[in-house]
Amino acid sequence: MLAFIVQRLLQAIVVMFVVALISFSLFRYVGDPVNNMLGQDSSTEQRELLRERLGLNDPVPVQFFHYVGNALQGDFGLSYRMGKPVDELIAKRLPATIELVAVSAVLALLFGVPMGVYTGLNRNSWLSRSLLTVSLVGISLPTFVIGILMILVFGVWLGWLPTFGRGGVVDLGVWQTSLLTLQGWSHILMPAITLALFQLTLIMRLVRAEMLEVLRTDYIKFARARGLRNQAINYGHALKNTLVPVITIMGLQIGSLLAFSIITETVFAWPGMGLLFLQGIQFVDIPVMSSYLVLMALFFVIINLTVDLLYYAVDPRLRSQHVGGAAH
Amino acid sequence: MADIKNRPLLEVRDLRIEFPTRRGTLVAVDGVSFDIAEGEVLGVVGESGAGKSLTGASIIGLLEPPGRIASGQVILNGRRIDNLPYEEMRHVRGHDIGMVFQDPLTSLNPLYSVGRQLIETIQTHSDLSDQAARKRAIELLGEVGIPSPKVRIDQYPHQFSGGMRQRVVIALALCVNPRLIIADEPTTALDVSIQAQIITLLKRLCSEHGAAVMLITHDMGVIAETANRVAVMYAGRLAEIGPVDEVIKRAKHPYTDGLMGSIPKLSGATERLVQIEGSMPRLTEIPNGCAFNPRCPKVFARCMDERPDLTHVGRSEVACWLYDQQMERTGSDG
Ligand SMILES: Nc1ncnc2c1ncn2[C@@H]1O[C@H](COP(=O)(O)OP(=O)(O)O)[C@@H](O)[C@H]1O
Ligand code: SF4
Ligand SMILES: [Mg+2]
Repeated sequence: MLAFIVQRLLQAIVVMFVVALISFSLFRYVGDPVNNMLGQDSSTEQRELLRERLGLNDPVPVQFFHYVGNALQGDFGLSYRMGKPVDELIAKRLPATIELVAVSAVLALLFGVPMGVYTGLNRNSWLSRSLLTVSLVGISLPTFVIGILMILVFGVWLGWLPTFGRGGVVDLGVWQTSLLTLQGWSHILMPAITLALFQLTLIMRLVRAEMLEVLRTDYIKFARARGLRNQAINYGHALKNTLVPVITIMGLQIGSLLAFSIITETVFAWPGMGLLFLQGIQFVDIPVMSSYLVLMALFFVIINLTVDLLYYAVDPRLRSQHVGGAAH
Repeated sequence: MADIKNRPLLEVRDLRIEFPTRRGTLVAVDGVSFDIAEGEVLGVVGESGAGKSLTGASIIGLLEPPGRIASGQVILNGRRIDNLPYEEMRHVRGHDIGMVFQDPLTSLNPLYSVGRQLIETIQTHSDLSDQAARKRAIELLGEVGIPSPKVRIDQYPHQFSGGMRQRVVIALALCVNPRLIIADEPTTALDVSIQAQIITLLKRLCSEHGAAVMLITHDMGVIAETANRVAVMYAGRLAEIGPVDEVIKRAKHPYTDGLMGSIPKLSGATERLVQIEGSMPRLTEIPNGCAFNPRCPKVFARCMDERPDLTHVGRSEVACWLYDQQMERTGSDG
């Protein structure tokens, strides 16, 4: 168990190192920070002074070392555009994105898994058929189209839900949340559903496919031959086996929720990381871009680690492999 | 009471299994009838595709759609079970009829410990408490010859070898003392060196628990050592059925005769080859008359357009026109 975790942690560190290298090289190869900060018509002395201050004249490895050291302390430098420390900007934006992604993930799981189980077990019912048909729409329509349609229907025509921003947030010190007030929920609902829809349909279809696969296996036949109750077979034996592959995909999907959140945040003017990143790109705000990269990579690594641990909890075959071989 | 005593444990009457397909209906099992008495071991042999597994599956009510019982009856202890509602049939499965499948590597749920699967089965069919069920599970594991069952009960299937897993499967099938065990090629997937052990174990346990066995196999050697009676299937029909010594020593159907040529020698050389030229026809290509006629060394005119039915010949029943005259002779007597 310990060896397994250590091994995964080492892998995670390697990944983070590579990502740090890439985001560091952004500074060197994408745009010139001095140009960005001083403008085109500054004097050579001014430029040289700034280069010295920013440490741009140091040897590259030393610069990288500084970069990693600072990043570890949460210091990603000053935003070129806003002149504020990037970590402050992030601290303000991050909760918005995390809440959006978390609510979406919970929605996708809460509805996707049961719907997948239902459609897998009742292959021919009309409800299964309609769910599958509707889910095709969910999969084939781009996120922004769904978002805009929802705004049109629920925001403009019906006027039920606000169409932009987070509304009033409750300040918990380091974290500003919109999940503690009804108004906050009314703001997060549409973006979260928009973001969740694709994953929800994906999870539903995946669970359904896995369920059908598992129901055909010998151990399910044997379970039936032993006269076990249907509930025990469907929701015990079958569902548990279905979850093994589903866990992996869900891990990946939470990752892509993060990625897609950029679009959703744009459509709903959601003040999160994605919006910050897009503005960062527009203004070639390298510190913002690079810190976004690093942060996203960190999320992915954490999610993967969690998935591995979940696997470990669900599948006894993995457990004994790492204990040191099976007893025969 | 007396009537039930005289009735066989299991009666299969004129069983017909069909698969509706786009190109018409396939008849996979056609007019199969046989009995299994209380405590008896009936061996069922025949080439792959003969319909052995389908027959077994339809007895325990696990025929997979689109396959269906088109006609015929399955009667257990005098009660018809082929048309029971799902919940009632579920009680029959495991409780009255147990099943052992071919591949022990895939028969057990990989995510449940062996004990959990045993206890779950025991508690489904009895009122035993958790503790009592666990105790019973440990006993069962001991009975099927698993060393240190108290430790092994909490282990997972992948921690057992193939042979050990098949022992667990047997324990699971025998959990609540069913009257009949259907064992569908229980050793085919196992290493040759442990096949005999598993068969011996199955036979011993079933006789100890008083369970009859329908032993499906294509190993005539196993049949010779284990079964009381043998049924030989060919292309979805019974070719011959009778007491094991009669069928083995005085095989009557030319197909059985050919199969006998393939009993493994005692030297251990397991030669399962069917020494009959050609192969069994596919369901769509079963010829008119006797299904065996393209391969039969004794084929004659009548075999080409009339299909023979089972008739009593000596202590066996045989479906072959060669024995028709004999039947007519005895028939005119009675
Ligand atoms: N789903 C199916 N559709 C069509 N034919 C099938 C299906 N399942 C089995 N069969 C046919 O039923 C026949 C008997 O199968 P089976 O009982 O498994 O044979 P055995 O166990 O004797 O090898 C085979 O010829 C096979 O082609
Ligand atoms: S009926 Fe004819 S073809 Fe069929 S087994 Fe007998 S002799 Fe051979
Ligand atoms: Mg078979």
